[in-house]
Parts: sequence; structure tokens; C-alpha cells
Amino acid sequence: MAILELDNLSKSYGALAVTQDFSLAVEPGDLVGILGPNGAGKTTLFNQITGTVTPDAGRVRFDGQDVTATDASTRCHLGIARSFQVPHPFVGMTVFENILVGASFGRGGGDPRARALKVMEQSGMSAKANVQAGALTLLDRKRLEMARALAADPKLLLLDEIAGGLTDSECVSLLDTIRKVNASGVTIIWIEHVIHALMSVAKRLVVVDFGKKVIEGAPEEVMASSAVKSIYMGEDALD
Amino acid sequence: MEWVNAIVQGILTGGLYALFAAGLSLIFGVMRLVNIAHGDLIVGAAYVALAVISATGLNPLASLVIVVPVMAAIGYGLQFGLLNRVIGGNILPPLIVTFGLSVILQNLLLQVFSADSRKLNAGPIETDSLKIMPGLDVGYMPLLTFVAAVLIIASLQFLFYKTSMGRAFRATSDDGEIAQIMGLDNRRVFAWAMALSLAVVAVAGVFLAIRANFDPFMGPSRLIFGFEAVIIGGLGNLWGTLAGGVILGVAQGLGAQIDPGWQLLAGHVAFLIILAFRPRGLFPRID
Amino acid sequence: MQSATISRSTRASRIAAGLAVILVVALAAAPWWTSSANLRLFTEFMIYLALASSWNLLAGYAGLISVGQHAYVGFGGYLMFSCVLFLGLNPLYAIPIAGVLGGLIAIPVAFFVFRLKGPYFAIGTWVVAEVFRLSAAQMSSVGGGSGLSIPVSAMRALGSKSEREILIYLTAFALCIGAVVVIYLVLRSRIGLALTAIRDNEIASLSLGVPIGRIKLAVYVVAAAGTAMIGALIFITKLRISPDAAFSVNDWTVFVIFIVVIGGIGTMEGPIIGTLLYFVLRESLADLGAFYLMILGALAIVIMLATPNGLWGLVVKRFDFSLFPVGYRVRGLTPKSD
Repeated sequence: MAILELDNLSKSYGALAVTQDFSLAVEPGDLVGILGPNGAGKTTLFNQITGTVTPDAGRVRFDGQDVTATDASTRCHLGIARSFQVPHPFVGMTVFENILVGASFGRGGGDPRARALKVMEQSGMSAKANVQAGALTLLDRKRLEMARALAADPKLLLLDEIAGGLTDSECVSLLDTIRKVNASGVTIIWIEHVIHALMSVAKRLVVVDFGKKVIEGAPEEVMASSAVKSIYMGEDALD
Repeated sequence: MEWVNAIVQGILTGGLYALFAAGLSLIFGVMRLVNIAHGDLIVGAAYVALAVISATGLNPLASLVIVVPVMAAIGYGLQFGLLNRVIGGNILPPLIVTFGLSVILQNLLLQVFSADSRKLNAGPIETDSLKIMPGLDVGYMPLLTFVAAVLIIASLQFLFYKTSMGRAFRATSDDGEIAQIMGLDNRRVFAWAMALSLAVVAVAGVFLAIRANFDPFMGPSRLIFGFEAVIIGGLGNLWGTLAGGVILGVAQGLGAQIDPGWQLLAGHVAFLIILAFRPRGLFPRID
Repeated sequence: MQSATISRSTRASRIAAGLAVILVVALAAAPWWTSSANLRLFTEFMIYLALASSWNLLAGYAGLISVGQHAYVGFGGYLMFSCVLFLGLNPLYAIPIAGVLGGLIAIPVAFFVFRLKGPYFAIGTWVVAEVFRLSAAQMSSVGGGSGLSIPVSAMRALGSKSEREILIYLTAFALCIGAVVVIYLVLRSRIGLALTAIRDNEIASLSLGVPIGRIKLAVYVVAAAGTAMIGALIFITKLRISPDAAFSVNDWTVFVIFIVVIGGIGTMEGPIIGTLLYFVLRESLADLGAFYLMILGALAIVIMLATPNGLWGLVVKRFDFSLFPVGYRVRGLTPKSD
């Protein structure tokens, strides 16, 4: 049974349709990459999965349960966590406290402090444990996004453009982390423009344009398809 | 017939409440500011009129020629000199600053004019009435207030949607940065909005003072009536504000008809009922 | 890595805690070292500090800027009168009852006012306080619009005049210290962590599973319960109640807001500094009458313009320390190379 099912989701802002009749099924343990030009409606899709935006039509099912009308914090308790494309750190709190919020309120049971310490260590942020999040560099803020989401102990992790701006070695370590998280049983959906990064871990790719699903399939097939070539014709992203 | 009369009088009182509300609605629309001192400024305008009348002997309605520009100037100065420094971002500073202004204004009026209640005398128009049918008289003054409310809301509506000043208001309200790119100085646009708000406040204050006794401490309840009219009608909808004022006035009238002690309570209860079932008001602006 | 520990205190806070214990013991013994006039002043100080701390929890930490907390002061006062008049209870026993019922009535009130956001929430709470006041004025059994006095027999139950004063002072002291301690424990709990997160970023908090609505409701209910208990106590000291006195926006809301804002909103220390300053100003300027209130209003405005975090904010900016730390510091980590 799919862990996440999107059935014919639609969302418009005035005349602008940002999600059009979008359906997708994600199996447990999958690692799905989402590609598409800027403004294609990828982040809005995430917002509808996490519950910060309500679709005009269609259903969202998570883990066998219809969560279309469920609020964002309850969806997190059920096991959906995300990182934001533009980092949303709690600027007045330290790195540890940021992670502790996820550990205290997400799905996880057990001792939140121990869990937060563990996730902080795994994310390589221990050295900055007591630094105010507002003082972090963009790179560290992105790391913190992911660490916080992991602290919530998700079954489904949504990552929104976390590889942009990383150096090669940083990217390698990020990919390593993502593989480990996925191997531990967490299903991942990853929106990313850095295609070589996405290609190296994704088990499946979905291409989105104008709020619609253009193509879905194995990474190599999708990248070889004419649909992708026409969308990315002349775009720098295909490096 | 008593009930019909209560409803008719309530509708007309609603005109006064719409006058209380229009200025509040205007500045919220333009700069998302809720002015806690709004009611005290209405009462302040009544005292300005009192001072003008005792100095010049003008009829209260004629005194508007002086009171309106004076209040507008105060509004411009208040916004430009003080409130512009605290708007945008956190909602606490503007609330506290206008709260402070409210306390200062009440006590200033108390100090200057004493706690005695006053009234403006507009002559025979106050007591004359239109006899519609036996048992149903409509006073000229309530009627005039209602007509003034309709005219003022119509002019604000015109100003908002048909003039360059209105375009500036709408541009800053939608997106302050775009407005700045258009070459608008937000601080001046906001100051003009507050000037306009206090011009309406001046009219509201004079009508209030002709129709009822006033004292330095009756501002907060005028703020509350205005606020209730805005929320009942739906945020950002000026005609809705008029409807909100009318609903409030009618609810109070009917409450008073049952028991004089229930007049105000009935208005608040009507507001809470609408809040429970239509939290965005009866006529929310669609955008 | 196993050596990592989490510390929640600082050196300043440990010294402050030591001093606070001495101060609390001294205040508890106040009836034995100060005059009866001072004791009444101390009682009032405790009442205002408790009111200010509750409002600060609500507005400064939960972002619920209410200007209608006088609804709960009046509610507590009238409840105490009802308990004494109709149940023949000892007035002091009415205080916990006021707390429970004040918290309960806050739930339906929240149903209405939580539909209003930001500044509109503020005025909405004021409307509710008006509804309470007008309703009280309609109840002839508690004196209607003109109010009534507490029966002499009920006060006799509390002993002689000086015994009464001591008893009332100790109750005020217990309520005040209780309020400060409860609020501090709330802020150090996961609710406090959530409140700080919500203050920084609501969307991110929601996405990490923070149930914002429920937490804000819980804080609103707790603040209402505390305020109603203090309200019951206030009218034990006043001996008389009327709708205008019980639901006075000036006495129970305006002053309280000014105290918190001047002292420093969103800090534990702010209400303490603010209450101290308020009493100093009041004792030295009370003769000025209306001018005193104008000065207070102007002071609140100046603080908002110059230092929105209040007087305590100035101290923190200069010395960066907290007497009531709520954060978490990780210690004993070996620094890593990256």
C-alpha cells in the first residue's frame, strides 16, 4: 500500500492554476525526485502535502488515512516532516533548541533531548549547538532545516531544494545523509534543481510543469524523455 | 408599532455607528493599523467643536467647517510625527502607542473640560421630526446623521476607487514596496489616510455631540461600536460597514425595547453571534 | 559524545535564585517586620505583579494581546461575592473556585475571540469584558448597577482587623509567588519551547508538529484562571463591589499593560521592574491626578518608540544575562573540525 497518495489535487490563486489535477502514489521506502522549472508549482504541492495549503479539489491520503482536512501539526504527528526552500529557522533560538522543537512535538516518543542531541550529531551541527539560528550562514540554515525535520521522526520526509549552493564535498556528505535516512526506512520526496545530485539518489523521478505532472518513471528514462528535453531546453540546470 | 419604531430608530442610529466605524475601517484598510484612540478622538472632536462654538457662536453643524480641517491636520501630524514610527511588522507597538494616546487624551480632556457631561445645541432641528404615520416619527437629526453617513461612505468609496489618492491608498495597502517603486512616499500616503480618517471622526464627533451628552470617558465605547460595525460588515468593505452599523443599531434598539438595561448588551450579543457564524463578517471583500 | 549534557541555568541565574530565596523568605515574614500601612501597600504590589505576570504570559509569550483581562478580574470578584452571599463560604475559600470557574468560562470566550486576529483580537476581548460588565449590572441579586458591600460577618470569619490584614497579605504573597513560579515552569516546559518557536515562526512551528491553536488556548485559559483568582482576592481587600469597579479597564488592564510594557514585555523580569516603577511613580506622583495618568501613557509611548523591549530589554542588551533562563545550553561536546 502506498504511504502517500495524491488524488487529482487542484489549487488556483485567482486565475493562476498552480496545481492541476495532480495525482501521485509513493510507496514506503521510496526516494522520489521532483523536477521542474521555477514557478511550476512544486513547493505548492509540498504545502498541500504538509497541510499549510488546502487544495481546492482532490484528496491527500497518508498511511492509509485521508488527511485532506487535517491541519499541518497533526500531519506532522502522523509522520510528515519537511524542510523549507527558504529556510524558516527560529532565529531567536539556538541550533539545539531549534532541533529540540522537532524532537518535542513531532511523531517521536522517548526522550526529546536525547533524540535532539543524536540528530544534531548526525547532521554535523554539534559544533554550533549553542549558536543562535539567526546568526547562521545560509548553508547551516539549510542543514538545520533538515535536522529539525529529522528530529520530528518522520515516516515521510519532504526536502525542498537543499542542495543548491553546496560545494562538491558538502554535496557528497548531504547525499550520504539522505541515503542513510532513506535506508533507515524513511520515505523521501525531494524537490531539487541540482540534477546530478538528484539523479544519484532518486529511485524515481517526477517532472512537474504548469502545476501538472508531465512524466514519471525511472530516473534515466525520465531524463531521456523528450518532455524533459523540451522543458529544459536552454536551461542551465542541465549541467 | 413600538417595534417598528424601535427598528426604524435603530437603523438611523446605525448611521452614527457607521460614522464611528468608517474612519477606523479606512486606516485599517490602508495601513493595517487599529487605532485604539479612535473613540477618544471622536470625543476629542466633540470638544473641539464645543470650543469653536463657544468662541464663534456658530451653529454646531456650521462648526464642521473649522472642526473637520483641524482634526484632519491633527491626524496628519499624528501619523507623520508618531504613528509612522511604529507601524509595519509587530502589532504590539501600534496597539500600545494608540492605547497610550487614548489614556492621554481622556485625561487631557478631563483636565481641560472637567468631567461634567456636555452637549452641543443645534437649535430646533434637534427636536423636530417627520411624522410618517401615527406612532412613527423620524427625527430630522437622526435622519440627517444617516444621510451624512451614506454620503461620507459614498465619497470614501469614490475616493478609493476613482481618484489618484485612492489609487495611492490601494497601492500602499496591497504592497508597500510596489507603491514605493511607483514613487509614492508611504509615510505621506499614510499621513493623508489618517487625516482623512480624522476628518470623518470630526463629523462623527459633532453628530454624536448634538444627539447625546458626552464626557471625556465615553471614547472607548464609541471605539467598540465602530469596531463591531466594521467586523459585522466585513473587513475592508465600506458599504458593509454601513450595514454593520445598521445591524448594531437595530439590535440595540430591539434590546432596549425589551428592557432598557439590555440595549448595549443586545448589540454586543448580535456582534458575538455574527462572529460565531460568519467570522469574516456578513459582506467580506472578495480579493 | 556521550558526555554531552544540557544545562538550563547560568551563573547569574544561580546567584539570582539564591537572592530570590532570601527575598521570598523576607517577604513571607513581612507581617512581622513592617507596619500595617506598608503591608497593605505590599499586598497591592503582589496583586499587580501577579496581574502583570499573567498578562505578560498571554501577550508577551503567546502573542495574545488582550485588552480585556479586566473581564476575569471582575468575574473573580463577583464569584467571590456570590460564594460569600449565597453559599456562606469563607471569602478566601472562594479564590480557588474563582480560578477553576474563570478557567472554564475562558473556553467559550476563546471560541469567540480566537476568531479575531492580531489587533482585532485585542478589541474583541474588550467587547467580552463589556458583556461581562453589562451582565453583572443586570443581576440584581449581586447589587445590579450600583453594587453592594461584603457582609460584615463574612469578614469577621477572617479574624480581627490586623489578623485579616496579615491573612490577606499572605494570600496575596502566595498567589503572586505562585503565579511567577507557575509561569516560569510553563516557560521552561515544552509549552514554553513551543511559545518561543511560535513567536519566531508560525509556519515552521506548525510543520514541526506544534499544535499552535491548542497551546494558545491553554495559555489563555491559564491566564484567565490566574486573573480570576487575583480578582477574587482584590475584592476581598476592597470589601465592596460594583460593575464599574470590578470591570474597570483602567485599573485592571491599562495599568497592567503599561507596567509590562515599561518593564519589558516577553521577559520574566519585565513585570517585576515595571511593577516596582509603577509603585514608585504612583507614590510620588499620585497628587497630580489626571497628569499622573498622562505621564504613564506618555512613558509607555516613549518606551515603545525608544526601546520596545522595555527597561529590562536595555539591561539585557548591555549585559546579556537573564535571572530566569528558559533556554537550553549544550555542554561537554567535543568541537568538531567542520
